[in-house]
Amino acid sequence: MTSPSMQSPEKAAPAVRAAADLEDERLLRGRGLAGAASAFGHRVRSGDLGSLPVVIGLVIIWAAFGVTTHGDFFDAQNLVNLAVQCAGPGLIAVGIVLVLLLGEIDLSIGSVSGLSAAILGVGLVNHGWPFVPVLVLALVVGAAIGLLYGFLFTRFGVPSFVITLAGLLTFLGVQLALLNTSGSINLPSDSFIVKFSLFDYLLPWQAYLLAFVGAGALFMSDLLANRRRLHAGLSGRSLAGSAIKCVALLVVLLAVAYYLATDRGTGVSFVFLVVVVVVVNFFITRTRWGRSIYAVGGNVEAARRAGIRVNAVYLTVFMLCSMFAVLGGLVSAGNLTAVTLSAGTGDVNLNAIAAAVIGGTSLFGGRGNAWSALLGVVVVQSIANGLNLMNFAGDAPRFIVTGIVLLLAVIVDSLSRRSRQSHGAA
Amino acid sequence: MTLRGITKRFGAVQALSGVDLDVFPGEVVAIVGDNGAGKSTLVKVLSGVHSQDEGTITFEDEPVSIPDPAAAREMGISSVFQDLALCDNLDVVANLFLGREVTASRIMNEEEMERRSWELLRQLSARIPSVRIPIASLSGGQRQTVAIARSLIGDPKVVILDEPTAALGVAQTAEVLNLIERLRERGHGVILISHNLADVQAVADRVVVLRLGRNNGTFNVRDVSYEEIIAAITGASDNAVTRRAAATRTSEENPA
Repeated sequence: MTSPSMQSPEKAAPAVRAAADLEDERLLRGRGLAGAASAFGHRVRSGDLGSLPVVIGLVIIWAAFGVTTHGDFFDAQNLVNLAVQCAGPGLIAVGIVLVLLLGEIDLSIGSVSGLSAAILGVGLVNHGWPFVPVLVLALVVGAAIGLLYGFLFTRFGVPSFVITLAGLLTFLGVQLALLNTSGSINLPSDSFIVKFSLFDYLLPWQAYLLAFVGAGALFMSDLLANRRRLHAGLSGRSLAGSAIKCVALLVVLLAVAYYLATDRGTGVSFVFLVVVVVVVNFFITRTRWGRSIYAVGGNVEAARRAGIRVNAVYLTVFMLCSMFAVLGGLVSAGNLTAVTLSAGTGDVNLNAIAAAVIGGTSLFGGRGNAWSALLGVVVVQSIANGLNLMNFAGDAPRFIVTGIVLLLAVIVDSLSRRSRQSHGAA
Repeated sequence: MTLRGITKRFGAVQALSGVDLDVFPGEVVAIVGDNGAGKSTLVKVLSGVHSQDEGTITFEDEPVSIPDPAAAREMGISSVFQDLALCDNLDVVANLFLGREVTASRIMNEEEMERRSWELLRQLSARIPSVRIPIASLSGGQRQTVAIARSLIGDPKVVILDEPTAALGVAQTAEVLNLIERLRERGHGVILISHNLADVQAVADRVVVLRLGRNNGTFNVRDVSYEEIIAAITGASDNAVTRRAAATRTSEENPA
């Protein structure tokens, strides 16, 4: 409850002027590390869970597979495979995160990824075109599909799940038509996309260097943000906290790089996924375009009245989602060294959506970040990988377990939304 | 800003017919009227949500047209809508600067926006615990404060407040009325739409009464009684009883 402002205009001026954001005496003031820790605890209790459930879930899943596979799951060879398997679905999931942030959905990502694989196979193998034109063609097709969805959505107001459900069937049909004459196409193992997706690994020193660059960049960005805050007369953040965070990140990255290097190393395609996630996250958190995505996802009418060009936001996001589906389809095809009639069918759609939701992006719009695609896809692929190791080959057990995990994630999403509402933080 | 002969029809309904309105800098003009009197329609014409069928709008002695909300904002007319139009999932800073983010080489300058947010909120003596918490965790009065503060970004000349106190408690209403007085002190022209005549009498300089889409009187708040405004709103000053009373008074004053 606010206190009437007439009570305090005579408030004695503090001897030292507090930072602009700490002047209100009612603020719960937590400084330094302890403050950061208690703020985190408060956020979690009020239902702002962020990435916490997925991290806990991942630990449980890994522990379970570690036991049931007698440690085979943690073989360096298996983890290297796991990382490489994450790249394709992960790229698709990044696009889904963007669409979910708007509170919309794209159910055709599987078909679009399959169509892009078909374009790859037909172009690269049947027509013998070089890779780059094929890549550009596939991306243009993806952009056109997204543009069409965005147009139908903004012009006619058809719900996105219906538009993209129609797209699912249509583009699956186009894919089958493209592959009609040749059937499944094997990709030559010396082609760029196969090497990129399956055979290229970082040398150990490259991986270590990347770990240092990543942690160092995080620390520098914290340091610069802190300097800007102080310059603007705001309170600084705990530098010790950010130093600890960066050192922890560095240790984890180095450990991962070291362990993966005992086998083939860190897959280039996985690194590509991480870079894409970092870049996309930067764009959605630090640019006006990204802010408008969150605004549209939170309250479309408010965004419109604030002068945001809502239709442009929908168009760009649907386009990007389809383009990420294209990229994911190409990497998945490279990973399989083949373009099949069933590429992009089955659980590809649901895996990508599950990854985004499991990673902590809300189905209700306006909440989430690009990292949830990475975290979620690691969970989804761990399940597939672990079940495979347990000799539950075939689709049936994987479908069942992934379905249940998706359901759990959606329940967590709904519960945390309810908790936020009851804590006055919907 | 001057409006002359504003007319707006929705199908068969004549929502506004020939409404006149003047707003001067540093003045609070209240628009009152019963439900369906055309208050909200007039506001929507001003804020560019609807455009008028007939009539002229003059802004700083220039005839203007207001085709959409963006045009109104560029001109210096900002509106606080009754539903506030805030994004619950975004924090206070993001909401204040929504659509007008401060950028440095295309990247949002969060620190500058946060600094300006505190500056603005302090000028309004607003009491917001933190500008980095989502709007959803603020009280009704605090949300109203944020919505009003947002209307001031970009330094508008006219601020339109549509029922700013309708959903608020006593203390919060007092706070919003303080805010309105501060807007006047800062030299903004304020248009206040309200059902609550106590609020209107507390802060407004002039009261414009609309009735069934027409002007039904303009009063200086200082010279007018509560009953007279009510009478103008309900049309009670023009009926058989008042006409008889007037006739009687005339005959008493001038006995044959």
